[in-house]
Amino acid sequence: MTVAESTTDLEALLAAADEGLAFDGLRLEREDDGYALETPETKHAGLDDAALRDALGPLEAYVSNWRYWQREIEGEGTARRAFLRWCERAPLADAERADRRTLDDATLAVPERYEALADGIDRGWGQLRITARFVDVEKPNGERVYDLWHADDAGSDLGDLDVYDDPREARELATEDEDGRYRPLKTAPTLRSGWAFTELSGRELVDTVEFLYPATVANWHRELRGELDVDHWLETAERQTGIYDVIDELPREAVDWMAEACCVDSQCLRRREWQYEEGDDLDVDGGDGPFPCREPCSVVIAAARKWTILESEEERTYELELTTSELNQLAELIDAAAEGRTDEIREADVNDGANRYRARYLRAKRFDEEGTLDATEREP
Amino acid sequence: MQALVIAAHGSHLNPDASDPTYAHADTVCETGAFDEVREAFWKEEPHFREVIRTLEADEVFVVPLFISEGYFTEQVIPRELRLEDWDPERWESDGTDASQATLEATDVGKTVHYCGPVGTHDAMTDVIVQRAESVTEDPDVGDGFGLAVVGHGTERNENSAKAIEYHTERIRERGRFDEVKALFMDEEPEVDDVTDFFETDDIVVVPLFIADGYHTQEDIPEDVGLTEDYRLGWDVPAEVDGHRIWYAGAVGTEGLMADVILERAADAGADLGDAVERVRAATAVGTDGETRSEPGPGAGAGD
Ligand code: SF4
Repeated sequence: MTVAESTTDLEALLAAADEGLAFDGLRLEREDDGYALETPETKHAGLDDAALRDALGPLEAYVSNWRYWQREIEGEGTARRAFLRWCERAPLADAERADRRTLDDATLAVPERYEALADGIDRGWGQLRITARFVDVEKPNGERVYDLWHADDAGSDLGDLDVYDDPREARELATEDEDGRYRPLKTAPTLRSGWAFTELSGRELVDTVEFLYPATVANWHRELRGELDVDHWLETAERQTGIYDVIDELPREAVDWMAEACCVDSQCLRRREWQYEEGDDLDVDGGDGPFPCREPCSVVIAAARKWTILESEEERTYELELTTSELNQLAELIDAAAEGRTDEIREADVNDGANRYRARYLRAKRFDEEGTLDATEREP
Repeated sequence: MQALVIAAHGSHLNPDASDPTYAHADTVCETGAFDEVREAFWKEEPHFREVIRTLEADEVFVVPLFISEGYFTEQVIPRELRLEDWDPERWESDGTDASQATLEATDVGKTVHYCGPVGTHDAMTDVIVQRAESVTEDPDVGDGFGLAVVGHGTERNENSAKAIEYHTERIRERGRFDEVKALFMDEEPEVDDVTDFFETDDIVVVPLFIADGYHTQEDIPEDVGLTEDYRLGWDVPAEVDGHRIWYAGAVGTEGLMADVILERAADAGADLGDAVERVRAATAVGTDGETRSEPGPGAGAGD
């Protein structure tokens, strides 16, 4: 810390002391007989100006910590502040601990936190890794910066990654997956790797995270405060108009299948909190993501429309000729497509029912001239 | 503190649909007029549903990046933003003169100034003209040129044609182009017959759409006869029936659109300082060497 910085910090602190100050273990108050100063490790009273300065000497960490949070980050009660405090394992305000599902209790008091920030404190957020650290490790002045990258790159050299510093570039990174396919659902676990944002300010970090996983910080914060406003399936479906007006007719059990198809961890990192309706939970587990999903998203709504139309069809019975292995092969094909596994099946792996040659063979054998599966409907 | 939300359609299928929204948001952001600037979408994230809660500001200006008043601006956006006291009557509009309504977003208790869509604002007329300047790379384009403003036409929205006709009339009154016509994809007069409606050799065709996509990159170029197959692309200008067609693509991709967004917010009471002037200067034809030519007097500076 430079002399100038440390003096301004101190002057600002003294000015704040007039009102009484209590923050992150530091308490400073001007009383009739002088200043009262307290931390978990020290306790003084009746200090005059000079004695207070002396007493604060060894408490530099508390002073710069106060400045960073109260003067620089500010935003008392905001999601941004809570998220940044969570990033460095700082304790959150009581109001932000109403729902403890995503909170671990391993918060750090100022001295331990300062030690950890010198090395960097890591946090996971979906597929993201966030490191909070001091700008200046040698002489920490309380100034934090944040690095952000993909969990898969945790062991990579920065030199091997594309390094960015403008949060807006995250929009581009979130657009396509590793194979160049468009990602309409930003919380799908298909975020590509190979990039890093370094030395972001607190605000820039939150902006970047929000470009990658929109609204996740805001809803996480609401949940912590016990204020997450969940809209269950039925409410959301009934609200729809236009071409989506029909989706409230999707049968109850189909909503379970839909959640299993779309909302499980392998497909979406949001933790689904919505149910069929209040008091009527879906069978499918909501997942383990740190950030909650408070209502069916637009991708699910669009798919629900398709399923509503498909589910309105009556079931019929068909007769078709298949060997037992061919029936099993149909099951394997569906499973491979559902798991997105078809690209991984090796060309010559004819033991896999979803192998392309096996699929082409089945088509050649069992499809008719029109190119459809040769089956006849059985008379009822 | 004041925030701006640009509310656009977006797409589940086409990654380019949100590009103009991002570009205009960046332009507005760089003016520093708002403490926060956010994009929000119907088909992408952040969804309309969640966007207001991501803001710290208590005053939020929402500008729909849509062409016309109708289903999205009157029903979907206000409903998804939870503007419970919304009623289309509050715009007192007959289809082209929505201004703004001040409401509360009930989930967050913030004040929302819900603005009319960009497409019906007067400043949009200038964007259409600037689009013609950009595609011809001539800031003085007009003499000897016809201008076709192309809209979708009726679908579920009777106002969709009104916006097109409104700007067509305004441009016609200025007398800058020899002829100005409103044409449509789904109703008469149809854009397929574009050359029948113009005497001029040169015709600039500007589709009044927000983003380039299926309609502007596949349908219209094929309908107009610019190309047999959109995948083969087309020339600008392209020869069709003895006319030169300067096809501009979606008007919403024009840089000056950011100005319309600001004007909407200003009309609703946003404090913008000199942001409007700065955006006009930054997005004028000729300031970006790639696709634009010499700056002309008053290019893009509005009336
Ligand atoms: S509805 Fe399902 S798929 Fe969509 S964001 Fe929520 S959890 Fe993910």
